[in-house]
Amino acid sequence: MSRAHRGAEPRDAMSRVVVVGGGPAGMAAARAAAKAGVDVVLIDAGAKLGGQYHRQDSRAGTERFGLPPGVEHLAESVVWALEPVPGGHRVHLRTGPADAPGRTGRSIDTPALVLATGAYDQVLPFPGWELPGVYTAGAAQALAKGQGVRVGERVLLAGTGPFLLPVARSLLAVGAEVAAVLEAGNPARWLARPAGLLAGAGKLGELAGHTAALARHRVPYRTRSAVVAAHGTDRVEAVTTTRLRPDWTEVPGSRRRLDVDAVCIGYGFTPQLELAVAAGCALDGGFVTVDSAQQTSVPGVLAAGELTGIGGAELAAAEGEVAGASAARRLGARPAPPVRALRAVRRGRRFAAALAAAHPVRAGWHGRLREDTLICRCEEVRYGELRDAVREREAYGGRALKLVTRAGLGLCQGRICGRVVAELTGELTGEPGQSAAFARRPIAAPIRLGELAESPSAHREPGAGPPRVAE
Amino acid sequence: MKVRIEGREHEAVPGQTVAGVLLGAGMVSWRTTRGGGRPRGVFCGIGVCFDCLVVVNGIPDVRACQRLVRDGDDIRMQHGAELPS
Ligand SMILES: Cc1cc2nc3c(=O)[nH]c(=O)nc-3n(C[C@H](O)[C@H](O)[C@H](O)COP(=O)(O)OP(=O)(O)OC[C@H]3O[C@@H](n4cnc5c(N)ncnc54)[C@H](O)[C@@H]3O)c2cc1C
Ligand code: FES
Repeated sequence: MSRAHRGAEPRDAMSRVVVVGGGPAGMAAARAAAKAGVDVVLIDAGAKLGGQYHRQDSRAGTERFGLPPGVEHLAESVVWALEPVPGGHRVHLRTGPADAPGRTGRSIDTPALVLATGAYDQVLPFPGWELPGVYTAGAAQALAKGQGVRVGERVLLAGTGPFLLPVARSLLAVGAEVAAVLEAGNPARWLARPAGLLAGAGKLGELAGHTAALARHRVPYRTRSAVVAAHGTDRVEAVTTTRLRPDWTEVPGSRRRLDVDAVCIGYGFTPQLELAVAAGCALDGGFVTVDSAQQTSVPGVLAAGELTGIGGAELAAAEGEVAGASAARRLGARPAPPVRALRAVRRGRRFAAALAAAHPVRAGWHGRLREDTLICRCEEVRYGELRDAVREREAYGGRALKLVTRAGLGLCQGRICGRVVAELTGELTGEPGQSAAFARRPIAAPIRLGELAESPSAHREPGAGPPRVAE
Repeated sequence: MKVRIEGREHEAVPGQTVAGVLLGAGMVSWRTTRGGGRPRGVFCGIGVCFDCLVVVNGIPDVRACQRLVRDGDDIRMQHGAELPS
């Protein structure tokens, strides 16, 4: 192993499957690969397993999930870069308290890398969305499940998609009053797609449970409604809501003011793409392209879960199982074809397609942006600046716009505003948005300057080429 | 377990995040932005937005929603831009 960098232990040299992400997809991948008889390293940022759907209360001294022997679970570990090496990929990670200096660095070479990094909430900007007290729906969920914290006493939920329902239920469970759930779409459309509906029978049962809980607590659920502004000086004190037409423009005269101390927004999810992009995986419609064995366009890199499309935890786990079996095969194992999981994936994808069709984001929301509405939270770039940059400086294309306006150049590196900037730019220029330009990030996970200086790739052997982080 | 928030002692339990402790103490913001000096706290809750930055034991730019507290942690507000470290 002359190409392996100095200090790599033999067990870190091409002998194991590496799974990134400990959610439903990653856990299933690790289990399937281990069942096929190969050794696995499972790397996850969290202190406990579960990812988003199965988030555990991190204050409880228990661990709900077990992994079979043969799986080494590296908790509190983030993968910050990938680089191609002969026969596979080198995975660079850091283990230790989040964002602390001096975390332990390690690099593992693998011929079979499974990416299962999940997704995060998509939020559409509106006046006041930068006020403290405005959260993503996922934040409310993560704080309720993981910390037993309620984000407010009286909370409004708004956005689109079935995810608003479990969040409302979690808020009720931690003692918050849910003022209303505003769904911008019209879920009656579900009924128009009976095939997808049947495919998601399990999921529908779960949703029925949430709906019943909402009804018990008399939480109003309003379709074709949205938040158009949040009010307050240093925190949210009230919101303005409105009724929407099918294209999401406002119904005139339908504005209402509501006193709340928190508002939670979720318009679906955006996949956590940086590692897949760093590996050079082909994307389609903003998601990682995979074949029926969950293989990406890059040999030795597999993807599973919300990275490949938004379809919920059951589909994520089924994809993970398939990916784990494929990964084991790359290490020479001969597992039986995961027939049941393959069937579950096909069923899940039909459900996901029905879900996407039932909850489209309509462009009518653009009309609620004001000159001074923040688009990029990090760099505090306002809608007016973005529009002027596009119109007057001919700053076409995501990359050029980023430099002119700084939108997407802040600390989050465009994770939050990237899709929105691409959509708005597309509208202003009449060309389709280039959201892929926003998925390229120099570093997949934050590391400190000191850590970067001492990382193995900084003193690799000559000729090994630059580390392949997304430029 | 005890931590200090702006010098004042607060109870905490293992497994709490810095954000969990701060929100539990009734705070909604603990950072000001570099440009407008505007208050920010938690937004995404899962480590992607970097709104929740805070100074822990003298080190700035720590995501409060990701960092688990340790006994004796010194937690301070983060004002504007801090020098990278
Ligand atoms: C905040 C939030 C809460 C949610 N809660 C629910 C819910 O209650 N009910 C529901 O039906 N759906 C929920 N969802 C939807 C959820 O996305 C899926 O249903 C499901 O969790 C997806 O599974 P997954 O395995 O693809 O990814 P996830 O469960 O998201 O798991 C991905 C894991 O990868 C880790 N990771 C990512 N990047 C790295 C890296 N570079 N290094 C190391 N680790 C990394 C993450 O920390 C995470 O643990 C939630 C989504 C979000 C964003
Ligand atoms: S709240 Fe988004 S990173 Fe902590």
